[in-house]
Amino acid sequence: MDELIKYGPDLALGFLENVKLSIVGAIAALLLGTILVAMRVSPTPVLRAAGTVYVNVVRNTPLTLVLAFSALGLSDQLGLVFSETPTTNSFWIVAMGLSLYTAAFVCEALRAGVNTVPMGQAEAARAIGLTFMQSLTMIILPQAFRAVIAPLGSVMIAMIKNTTVATAGGFLLDSAAVMKITFDTTGASIPIFLGIVVAFMALTMPIGFFTGWLARRLAVVR
Amino acid sequence: MSTSVLFDAPGPRGRIRNHTLTVVSVIAVAAVLYGIYRGFDAKGQFEGKIWQPFLQWETWDFYIIPGLIGTLRAAAVAAVLALAFGAIFGLARLSDHKWIRVPAGVVVEVFRAIPLLLLIFFIFYLAPMIAGGGDYAFMAVVLGLMLYNGSVLAEVVRAGVHAVPKGQSEAAYAVGMRKNQVMRLVLLPQGVTAMMPAIVSQLVVLLKDTALGYIIAYVDLLNTGFKILPARFFGSLIPAAIVIGVIYLALNMALSYLATWLEKRSRRSRKTAARPVAAPGSAEVGVGAGQGTEGGGLAPDKPLE
Repeated sequence: MDELIKYGPDLALGFLENVKLSIVGAIAALLLGTILVAMRVSPTPVLRAAGTVYVNVVRNTPLTLVLAFSALGLSDQLGLVFSETPTTNSFWIVAMGLSLYTAAFVCEALRAGVNTVPMGQAEAARAIGLTFMQSLTMIILPQAFRAVIAPLGSVMIAMIKNTTVATAGGFLLDSAAVMKITFDTTGASIPIFLGIVVAFMALTMPIGFFTGWLARRLAVVR
Repeated sequence: MSTSVLFDAPGPRGRIRNHTLTVVSVIAVAAVLYGIYRGFDAKGQFEGKIWQPFLQWETWDFYIIPGLIGTLRAAAVAAVLALAFGAIFGLARLSDHKWIRVPAGVVVEVFRAIPLLLLIFFIFYLAPMIAGGGDYAFMAVVLGLMLYNGSVLAEVVRAGVHAVPKGQSEAAYAVGMRKNQVMRLVLLPQGVTAMMPAIVSQLVVLLKDTALGYIIAYVDLLNTGFKILPARFFGSLIPAAIVIGVIYLALNMALSYLATWLEKRSRRSRKTAARPVAAPGSAEVGVGAGQGTEGGGLAPDKPLE
């Protein structure tokens, strides 16, 4: 217990970095995922194919590889630099890799949501003369989002847990990295481990409950 | 919902617009690809020199294949253990005895909620304290994967058994079977068929997650590709990344394909009354959602009458 108190502040700062990564990742992944799903249902075969290839490639690549490649390959070798400060740079590198990875899962969830919208609605939208973009943004996507709130919640929970892999992208300030450094000096400490676990559960469990509640509330009754 | 219903069969103007869009998007995709190519080329990543090692058998023999074996070994051992863990805890959660059901539920929920990397770190540092010095990277990866994926599989098992229509167990009790017989002879054989696709999808996740071993320096494919190869053949990081990326993709896509095939097959199967259980974390919404191109709240396997 003493160890948890002693290293608590460092660990809390590390955890705060996980929270920041989660927020940036969630926003970027939702935006990118929506664009991807629009690509995948669009009338242009090339965009459809590009979206499908992207989603299948990214979903089958380990996140560790994505992050290590972003840091060692894109940043170190090819000079993709977001900031001169190394820690800020690696934060954004990780945020980029994480959102590119999560976007593929968001796209899959949304596409399942698009499948729940009855055919008749799209037909009706077409019949009153809406264009593809209009029927997508006014009829299909709003209902698709409401149908997949709970699965999107699971995607977000998985992403929050994935922020711990930031170490692979060279970001050494997050709670997993801090825990590793602490363990290097004290050896494995059960209180510290439990402390971080409780912190993560405190973050993910409300999201699970909230999205579950929201999904029931906003469910489109058919 | 079929995607084609989102837009009309195009008229003359629509066709021109679609062709323009196609050209524009081809150019956009090509521009992105060319941009990546230029970036790599500017740094000399396509020089024959740094690709040379990958054409030699020794590179594969000494580095890549041992790395691949490391990955597959961890994945295979973890998969067997996770399946056993999942079966035991999944069935324990279905127990009629509260003192078995509740602890099993707690174990499953807790290990599902812990970020896997933290679990692996913890085991990695805990093992030397308990068992003395040694290299515990393999053990940490395998145990971490077992606890996490085993917990997810336990939920799959539970869902698989629940997926068997209730009337079947009632009928089985009515003909005088014991609880053990009902589970063993009626529920599990049908449940397992329904679970297969979800189990295989979870094994894809497990195989992908072995790459976490990279962080604690377990010698897997990612490690040989990103640490050992570039150190041995200076400057060959990007080629190495591309080569091992393709290997990972091939492995996972083969497994994903197997999962889809199994799901299609069990959907057609007459051997089970249970509908396939959704893969954990997959976007299952409503009845029969996201499974066909038709959608609209009708289970695809239900015949239209």
